[in-house]
Amino acid sequence: MQAVEPRTRTLISDSQLARPRARLLYWTVLWTLIALFALAFLFPLYWMFSSGFKSASEVLQSPPTLVPHHLDASNYSTAWNSYDLGRFMLNTLMYAGGALAFQLIFDVSAAYALSKLRPLFGNVVLFLMLSTLMIPAMVLIIPQYLTALNLPFVHWDLLNTPWAIWLPSVANGFNIFLLKRFFDSVPQDLLSAAKIDGAGPLRTLWSVVLPLSRPILGVVSIFAVVSCWKDFLWPYLVLTDTSKMTINVGLFSLSGDGIPENVFMAALAMACVPTIVFFLVFQRNIMSGLTAGGLRG
Amino acid sequence: MATIETPTPRLRPRQPGPRRPRDRGALIRGVRRNTGAYLFLVGAIVCFALFSWYPMIREVIISFQKVNIAGQSNGWAGLQNYRRVFDDPQFWSSVRTTALFAGFALVLGYAVPFVVAVVLNELRHAKAYFRLLVYLPVMMPPVAGAFLWKWFYTPDNSGLFNSVLHDLHLPTSAWTQSSSSNVAVLCLVLFSTWINMGSGVLIYLAALQGIPGELYEAAELDGAGILKRVWHVTVPQTRLILSLMFLLQIVATMQVFLEPFILTAGANNTVTAVYLVYQYAFSYGNFGGAAAMGVLLFAVLACFSGAYLWLSRRGNEE
Repeated sequence: MQAVEPRTRTLISDSQLARPRARLLYWTVLWTLIALFALAFLFPLYWMFSSGFKSASEVLQSPPTLVPHHLDASNYSTAWNSYDLGRFMLNTLMYAGGALAFQLIFDVSAAYALSKLRPLFGNVVLFLMLSTLMIPAMVLIIPQYLTALNLPFVHWDLLNTPWAIWLPSVANGFNIFLLKRFFDSVPQDLLSAAKIDGAGPLRTLWSVVLPLSRPILGVVSIFAVVSCWKDFLWPYLVLTDTSKMTINVGLFSLSGDGIPENVFMAALAMACVPTIVFFLVFQRNIMSGLTAGGLRG
Repeated sequence: MATIETPTPRLRPRQPGPRRPRDRGALIRGVRRNTGAYLFLVGAIVCFALFSWYPMIREVIISFQKVNIAGQSNGWAGLQNYRRVFDDPQFWSSVRTTALFAGFALVLGYAVPFVVAVVLNELRHAKAYFRLLVYLPVMMPPVAGAFLWKWFYTPDNSGLFNSVLHDLHLPTSAWTQSSSSNVAVLCLVLFSTWINMGSGVLIYLAALQGIPGELYEAAELDGAGILKRVWHVTVPQTRLILSLMFLLQIVATMQVFLEPFILTAGANNTVTAVYLVYQYAFSYGNFGGAAAMGVLLFAVLACFSGAYLWLSRRGNEE
């Protein structure tokens, strides 16, 4: 594969690389790196998947075998059927979908109000929301847990309900920051034009602002889904019922169950499939979101 | 807001007083506008109030209270919770472990992605391959990654690392179960770097692409070698992103929980600060002490995240 597009000059110039010795060095480095990356990032995944195919005695064998003796998919079906892996994945999907919907509805409308409707004390609300960016997630885990255990005023116990995942996910200062910054860049003329045409604030948001905001909505959505899939401590605290667990919590609870090592590896491998597929599908958006959306605090 | 003057004279007779109805109309309109805006805000405000603002206040309050194992407060405790934490050798051990983790992570987790990005940026081929692979671990469920590595680290010869070392006739190691907490923490950092470095590499790569080529050109004409060019062009040009990532890294490493929780279960002095908060609350049932530790952690981290926000705002203005 040749680089066709004209690239800006980097550390080493093309002419410097064109010398025979430099070329030799370049190709050596390139192939070494290709091999190293495969070893570091692909091989562990291969190991996980291949161990899932091994028999109980082979997986504990010393030294370990590189290729399984028999390809036996029964570990995968055992993990799926007897250890409820499908339920964990479905739960995670449900939590991620709900968190995504709540964040899109509440955070988008809040950022829109703060950016365009500008109510009285809007700046105070904005400041309070952004100030939560200063507080690292883990610091508040204890009072948050106590809040979920006994919601103030209404005294609901949110433990083992999806609300314990959905509601805290909305309290995300970073979303507000990203969305408000984007909405600020939507020209006021467009909104005034919509107003003259008789559109109320909701209609303006829906028909004028949102269609322009697709890129930022994409970034927010991907962050919402990925963070739901990756979070561990919070779901571990609030989802104690096996039938309600996310994939991370479920895998952790399986590890204490005396599950055979080869079945466990099959379970880990299967748990990786949805996110890897998600990544391969949304690769471009994820990577540009990572850099364009700024650094996540 | 300016009211629209209607040219039709029909409306004029409906103004009995000199100014009052117009004021009232503006007031009503203002109230309506604000109520409308707050209807848009109410969902987010409720969630922020419940899960950010109220917990912030509550953490400080319960750190001064006696709290029973069900999380209910039974009166004030003064500084007792804080004294209990400071008198606990486990606390100082966790401070040491966290600092050790942060230190190792600065060498590995901070430097390695930058070096990798600088090297990758020079490659003319297989760019997509490198980006894809380095980001794969970031996308896997972290618990799956942690258990996989726990298995690699198995101390006897069935563990992958030891069996490779054994085949190469090199000394094997107890890895995470090593009696030296330095070795054990280093193993945790190795795993943590592996699973997290993808985002760092991609962020650095994006920053490197923004460096104008003329700077390298000029440096080369001045006779600067490759390393000198890195030091005098690459590093200064990416200074802002480097310092942001530095602070982010510190804030992240000081909140480490998953790595020791799964890989070592806290054995051999590998309990980090957040892990100890967890143990205080859920193993010892001491929510007051846990909250006190949370406040202390916050005080330390707030300095770093404050600096981060200040820097990133300055970066946005530039």
